Amino acid sequence: MAHDATTADSGKSLKSLVNDWAQDKQSFEVPWGKAMMWIFLLSDTFIFSCFLISYMKVRISTTVPWPNPSEVFALSFGGDPIPLILIAIMTFVLITSSGTMALAVNYGYRKDKNKTMWLMFATAALGATFVGMQAFEWTKLIVEEGVRPWGNPMGAAQFGSAFFMITGFHGLHVSAGVIYLTIVALRVKSGYYDRHKGGNYEIVEIAGLYWHFVDLVWVFIFAFFYLW
Amino acid sequence: MAETATAEGHQQHPLSIYLWIWLLLFVLSAFSYMVDYLQLQGMLRWSLILLFMFLKAGFIVAIFMHMAWERLALIYAILLPPLCLLVFIGLMAWEGDYTLLTRIASFTEHVFIPAAGHH
Repeated sequence: MAHDATTADSGKSLKSLVNDWAQDKQSFEVPWGKAMMWIFLLSDTFIFSCFLISYMKVRISTTVPWPNPSEVFALSFGGDPIPLILIAIMTFVLITSSGTMALAVNYGYRKDKNKTMWLMFATAALGATFVGMQAFEWTKLIVEEGVRPWGNPMGAAQFGSAFFMITGFHGLHVSAGVIYLTIVALRVKSGYYDRHKGGNYEIVEIAGLYWHFVDLVWVFIFAFFYLW
Repeated sequence: MAETATAEGHQQHPLSIYLWIWLLLFVLSAFSYMVDYLQLQGMLRWSLILLFMFLKAGFIVAIFMHMAWERLALIYAILLPPLCLLVFIGLMAWEGDYTLLTRIASFTEHVFIPAAGHH
């Protein structure tokens, strides 16, 4: 399979596309787990898009002013409130975790078990930090600002439902990712992939795809919900 | 450090690529935050938000998720279907405007009544 005519090309030409799709062979020359993760992420893209598009729709159609996220998510450290500061820190935490994950994938392919494991644990820890900060943000909004899914004192009632739905679903993804990464990291540590997969660390890249996707979704949430 | 063939499904690239993209993502995130911090408004705000958003998303997908090194068969299978979301976005924006108009017409207290010429 790895030596037929189509694998010799770069895979970037339309001819290679037609060959990959039209011939009686495996269409995607990647491990099946990776192809399936990509297809799962594609379906997840549609789920998050539905949330963000419905948010756009309710924000366009409400006659009541939308609460200003810059003020709602401002935080004071003793002095004047700094706009959106908590969200900015959360964004940096998630990007840092994306970087450690990318390095973990790289060291996984170098069969550097120790570095792979620790970088994955670091990624999971940063993810857990993100979820912790989100819990703080939710608590502040619910307890201090009185935001509810059906209304809030600052403006359009739909603000709460869009906020809890979108960030809640994203936070759920981060939490699932933390568990996923921890399991894979523990298996890297215990030598599971050496014993059962012949030293194949493909799973690290697959877990990495999921993690980067979670970061990717946050990029869109940050832009459309918090900055817009 | 050598790049191995993607035909084996392995994605091995120099560490420096990841470190540069990591740094770039930090810088772009800082820029997006500055859009809000400096309270830029209007078209400038929206275009900058979208610009930084698409740049960040592009680098994450292309480099961190290795899409740039995948074969066209996989790239098209994953990246083309989301384009139909553009139709969805268009329809919902249209529908949202219509809903807003009907709400203004039906539910607001100050219904538009042409003023009679009494002055």
